[in-house]
Amino acid sequence: MSSVRVLVGTRKGAFIMTSDGKRERWDVSGPHFPGWEIYHLKGSPADPNRLYASQSSGWFGQVMQRSDNGGATWDTIGNAFAYEGDVGSHLFYDGTQRPWEFKRIWHLEPSLHDPDTVYAGAEDAALFRSTDGGATWAEMPALRQHPTGPSWSPGAGGMCLHTIVLDPSRPKRMYVAISAAGAFRSDDGGESWTPINQGLHSEQIPDPSAEVGHCVHRIAMHPSQPDTLFMQKHWDVMRTDDAGDRWREVSGNLPTDFGFPIDVHAHEPETIYVVPITSDSHHFVPDGKLRVYRSRSGGMEWEPLTKGLPQKDCYVNVLRDAMAVDRLDTCGVYFGTTGGQVYASADAGDSWNVIVRDLPAVLSVEVQTLA
Amino acid sequence: MIRIVLPAHLKALARVTSEVRLDLDGAAVTQRGVIDALESQFPALRGTIRDALTDRRRPLLRFYACGEDLSHEAPDTPLPDDVASGREPYLIVGAMAGG
Repeated sequence: MSSVRVLVGTRKGAFIMTSDGKRERWDVSGPHFPGWEIYHLKGSPADPNRLYASQSSGWFGQVMQRSDNGGATWDTIGNAFAYEGDVGSHLFYDGTQRPWEFKRIWHLEPSLHDPDTVYAGAEDAALFRSTDGGATWAEMPALRQHPTGPSWSPGAGGMCLHTIVLDPSRPKRMYVAISAAGAFRSDDGGESWTPINQGLHSEQIPDPSAEVGHCVHRIAMHPSQPDTLFMQKHWDVMRTDDAGDRWREVSGNLPTDFGFPIDVHAHEPETIYVVPITSDSHHFVPDGKLRVYRSRSGGMEWEPLTKGLPQKDCYVNVLRDAMAVDRLDTCGVYFGTTGGQVYASADAGDSWNVIVRDLPAVLSVEVQTLA
Repeated sequence: MIRIVLPAHLKALARVTSEVRLDLDGAAVTQRGVIDALESQFPALRGTIRDALTDRRRPLLRFYACGEDLSHEAPDTPLPDDVASGREPYLIVGAMAGG
């Protein structure tokens, strides 16, 4: 019988939750790396026992961890992230140019085919790759050295590369998103990059339709429709059907189109999920109600999913990497909150159960579907 | 033989439970020499005490010995004799920060 393994990164450690295919009873292990910020951990699609984790601390900097047994034990791997060549500078809050400076790894994206190859998204924004299981890391510098780089500036959370999407049908095509620069696509394995922000409209920047400067929060893709991407932007939910050449808004009837995560149903490429947040100055759900919104039409028409979720006195946020779906026949959906709850739905969002409710603030949620 | 006291999180990373004892094998008893030897014996600590690329001390870590704050000493300044002889430990301390 299939099972699932949920990987949860929090402000104070990582937790691993496992269940059988019914997803009713859960075993919880952790905290792994107690006391450390775990921005992200993710398993290799090519070898589900291979996990990578980003462990960081204001005191001790960046540590990287790898497990070869599904999280039972971990070993430290390389943590030297050097920007390649001329470091250059980017726009800072005060209008001055600041040199790129490594702060942490926000996101890890293992290769679809090789357990030893993994991509890492950094703050300050850059893309790194390891091809030796994380022992060493090399920057893919063409992204940071894009001519628009000096005009990129940090969002409130820092200038982070937080989203990496690999195209399963074109091995050399990949997408990244940076706050607050926008989305970029490479069609040559990272040798060159194209900003793909046409159609985005951000009133918080001087030219709302600028080529770069947009605060993209997350991008999601269904593997069967790799030219279709869904985006939760700072404000606005967007989609493209031509690999990012042109975006259009699909916020439709959402109560607010601000939010962080967005994800796609495992078997229905037009079924998508978001968690509307009141506003960029509130960072909690509207009206004290925790509601996931689902669209079965690829956007525009949305329905609130509330069964099993608190519908009063709830003021949590759900961060960009804190939602995931499994690939069981009835698609499971998972998300974690800044209040430390991790919720699971075994019926594509129709109803929810809490796996744990008192963790540290949740930074990331990933799920592995195991044979 | 040098005695080194690590903060709790670095003990966990290094998988030790008490102070670390290092033989510098004739290397200079300086902060740089001690941390080089520490990182060599415990590779998991690389980059956590000083930046992996610049070798700069992490801002929220301090180095103490013999009742003195050595954090701002040059990395190649000899450590006190009592540290070099193992009578006193070299303390790597996480700053009180974060509330």
